[in-house]
Amino acid sequence: MKSAVVVFPGSNRERDAARALRLACGAEPQMVWHADRQLPDGTDLVVLPGGFSYGDYLRCGAIAARAPIMEAVRAHAARGGLVLGICNGFQILCEAGLLPGVLMRNAQLRFGCKDVYLRVERSDTPFTRGYNAGQVIRIPIAHGEGNYAADGETLAALEGDGRIVFRYTAPDGALDPKWNVNGSTAAIAGIVNEPHNVLGLMPHPENHVETALGSTDGRGLFAGIVDHLAQAA
Amino acid sequence: MTPRKDRPVTSNEPQITPDLVAEHGLTPEEYQRIHELIGREPTLTELGIFSAMWNEHCSYKSSKVHLRALPTDAPWVIQGPGENAGVVSIGQGLAVVFKMESHNHPSYIEPYQGAATGVGGILRDVFTMGARPIACLNALRFGDPAHPKTRHLVAGVVAGIGGYGNSFGVPTVGGSVGFHTRYDGNCLVNAMAVGIVETGKIFYAKATGVGKPVVYLGSKTGRDGIHGATMASAEFGADAEEKRPTVQVGDPFSEKLLLEACLEIMANDCVIAIQDMGAAGLTCSAVEMGAKGDLGIALDLDKVPCRESEMSAYEMMLSESQERMLMVLRPEKEAEAEAIFRKWGLDFAVVGKTTADRRFVVTHGGEVMADLPIKELGDQAPVYHRAFDETQRPVPLLPTEVVPPMTLADALEKLLGTPDLCSKRWVWEQYDHLILGNTIQRPGGDAAVVRIDEGPKGLALTTDVTPRYCEADPFEGGKQAVAEAWRNLSAVGARPLAVTDNLNFGNPERPEIMGQLVGCIRGIAEACRALDFPVVSGNVSLYNETNGRAILPTPTIGGVGLLEDIAHSATIGFQAEGESLLLLGETQGWLGQSLYLRDICGAEEGAPPPVDLAAERRIGDFVRGLIRDRQATAVHDVSDGGVLVAIAEMAMATGIGARLYGSPVMMLPHAFWFGEDQGRYLITAGSEQSDAVIAKARAAGVPVRRLGQTAGDALTLPGERPMLVKILSERFEGWLPAYMAGQPA
Repeated sequence: MKSAVVVFPGSNRERDAARALRLACGAEPQMVWHADRQLPDGTDLVVLPGGFSYGDYLRCGAIAARAPIMEAVRAHAARGGLVLGICNGFQILCEAGLLPGVLMRNAQLRFGCKDVYLRVERSDTPFTRGYNAGQVIRIPIAHGEGNYAADGETLAALEGDGRIVFRYTAPDGALDPKWNVNGSTAAIAGIVNEPHNVLGLMPHPENHVETALGSTDGRGLFAGIVDHLAQAA
Repeated sequence: MTPRKDRPVTSNEPQITPDLVAEHGLTPEEYQRIHELIGREPTLTELGIFSAMWNEHCSYKSSKVHLRALPTDAPWVIQGPGENAGVVSIGQGLAVVFKMESHNHPSYIEPYQGAATGVGGILRDVFTMGARPIACLNALRFGDPAHPKTRHLVAGVVAGIGGYGNSFGVPTVGGSVGFHTRYDGNCLVNAMAVGIVETGKIFYAKATGVGKPVVYLGSKTGRDGIHGATMASAEFGADAEEKRPTVQVGDPFSEKLLLEACLEIMANDCVIAIQDMGAAGLTCSAVEMGAKGDLGIALDLDKVPCRESEMSAYEMMLSESQERMLMVLRPEKEAEAEAIFRKWGLDFAVVGKTTADRRFVVTHGGEVMADLPIKELGDQAPVYHRAFDETQRPVPLLPTEVVPPMTLADALEKLLGTPDLCSKRWVWEQYDHLILGNTIQRPGGDAAVVRIDEGPKGLALTTDVTPRYCEADPFEGGKQAVAEAWRNLSAVGARPLAVTDNLNFGNPERPEIMGQLVGCIRGIAEACRALDFPVVSGNVSLYNETNGRAILPTPTIGGVGLLEDIAHSATIGFQAEGESLLLLGETQGWLGQSLYLRDICGAEEGAPPPVDLAAERRIGDFVRGLIRDRQATAVHDVSDGGVLVAIAEMAMATGIGARLYGSPVMMLPHAFWFGEDQGRYLITAGSEQSDAVIAKARAAGVPVRRLGQTAGDALTLPGERPMLVKILSERFEGWLPAYMAGQPA
């Protein structure tokens, strides 16, 4: 798998993402500067990492979505290439129009860093084939603006097409407002686009890939991508 | 060198009057000394420069003579106090760089920005030395929860620390939060940063070479923070709120860019010397680089990137705008360094050069605004041997003098829900404590543990101080702060390496405050010496006083320890049922100055528990050995609240209870369970291992006592109602979120 991690000014989980990718496939990802206009040749997967691109001083992800590299990311997605946006990366994908909806301030109006439980809604996407449908995984969040919102039509489409792939749930997988950590509509933690080649999610699977860190529940996502690409090749 | 007699030409600056001198926080005697040093009346810009260099915050004039007593050396110390941060070797060509610094005054005036820029400043101190920051910690003290400002300060400070560290991208992995009415008018925000550097690539502030370019890096200079350091060197009156304009505004985004750009130019060998612009900004950084290198510095302020127009020399020299650095550059690398800074979208401007004449010359608009002897600016700062009254040592309180007002179970439940002992989850969940993917032990244990790169080494990190002990007996309190940090590091299995200290006190011009400072420093020195735990960096914050009422003496100790293998570290939670719970260390039932006495009996009296440093060392070494040999399944140090509180914390961490035996027959139960005797640890061991552990402890001269067995979902004690772990957790987790949501304290 050839992967590329885009580094915007203010990205700060790019090393975490790079480590998870390396552990999953043995190859170092290419770090790509936001001002570049091209992705490395043969890139299979583009990761937009977590952080505070441009300080998130406008709307989260709004400036990064207009960075020079994003044209190449858009083209890569249009060709069917895989794009994974984590946290700030999810916000950027929404701002760039590659995914619908928007991420608003957490309902409790505070930044939150803690482990949460996610229910994997389906296992037949390139990003989730490392999990079973209905499986509950424990993954950390670290964000202040992860409260997903979209208009009714968009939500109906997301639900109808089965494009909501991760939801915040109780440890047993039950939907419960108490466990919907940031107040997201329909407890949405992650969604894919229509062709299923672009995923955005707020939690950080890249921080749960090693036993020493307390959980390896994030591995399935990266292993699934590697597996998908191997099958496709 | 003879100072020049002629006053530099300055067309727009006023004459110096006694009022102007006083406004700059300088005494008439200090002004007289300036006059003698330079042989003429200073210009306004020069007066500003002196006030910046000679205030308490920058010059340590009240504490300097006493700080010399601190041990600062050990074979593993690479750099002790005096640089931007301390540096300690951790083997295999790597070193840990760390320091703690206060941002108390600004945080009280403007909590979000005050705390945020405190984090920003300490991070710069660490990466200025070439280290990549890997963790932050803090120590916070607030006033009485019932005080009308407390909630606002807690919310603002916590959001500010999180806002800066989260965006910058460093995990905030530990700290402490406490409340006391004596902090009503002065909250404390002590921030600590820790970084890792290759030992061959450490950068220092000392400039070398004449005629080398002095380069300004980072954000532009504005009018924010002018006189910040002077403000931080005075006590507050009723007008504290009016000092808001002296607080700087933080920009973590710029700091993150500055970090990456600085590390990149360092890796490309462009840097001769580098100093961050912290307190007293351009003045302090330029003077330090020149004075340390025995060189002069000539600055041309016309070249300084400014955010606002028409800034005067005086304003530029005293601005504390954030996210700036000053560097002496290898001249042949100028184009390369500039390209790196441009790539990161940061300012890069050659603003001066090093000179041979050891003078600090500042020009602006073609005029010489300041021309001062550079060594004297730093070295000749006043040093005061201030009068001090030693604090009277209180009489120890006997356990029999304390009548328990409630059952043990009721007292435990109450204590766990008090502001000082309750869970601080509400605070640390607002800090990204996981970023960088190396946080092995998260907040809530004895010490945080972060992995170094891909391991197996790790660092253990903690901040500790017990201000009520320091108030009652500064010497014992100073010892205890160091011993507790050492104990917390040992409790996770780490070898304690060194400390950074952040000494927070009231007005040193009052002999009783000076007595607290001197007593605490002596105690710290004694403990650091006995435990081979040198002080490698630190900060002194005085004048933490409002309307004549001082804070509790608070010498915060930031401790750093090394784990050779993170796989051999211990956590506090009970791991399984049926394990033996053992208490290591001597218990006399010391209730003086305990939380039981204060929060259950409503009295703050007696002497604090003394620390036997020889025993401390023996027991700590023993515990570390148990962890290394995997003979302890869980370890927790015993501190605030005593043994029963510590047991409850172990139970709540994993939800497993314990069946406890009764207290020793010769001891009052409340004194045994809630006394705060020092130098103690709780450990669990598998039941088949416990005999061996006990034998080993006895052989090592470590007092040991069986307390019970892990079991069920409750703590049970003979003659007491069962204490369900679930209920204890509710009490423990409940107070702070409820308080912050607006419930009365």
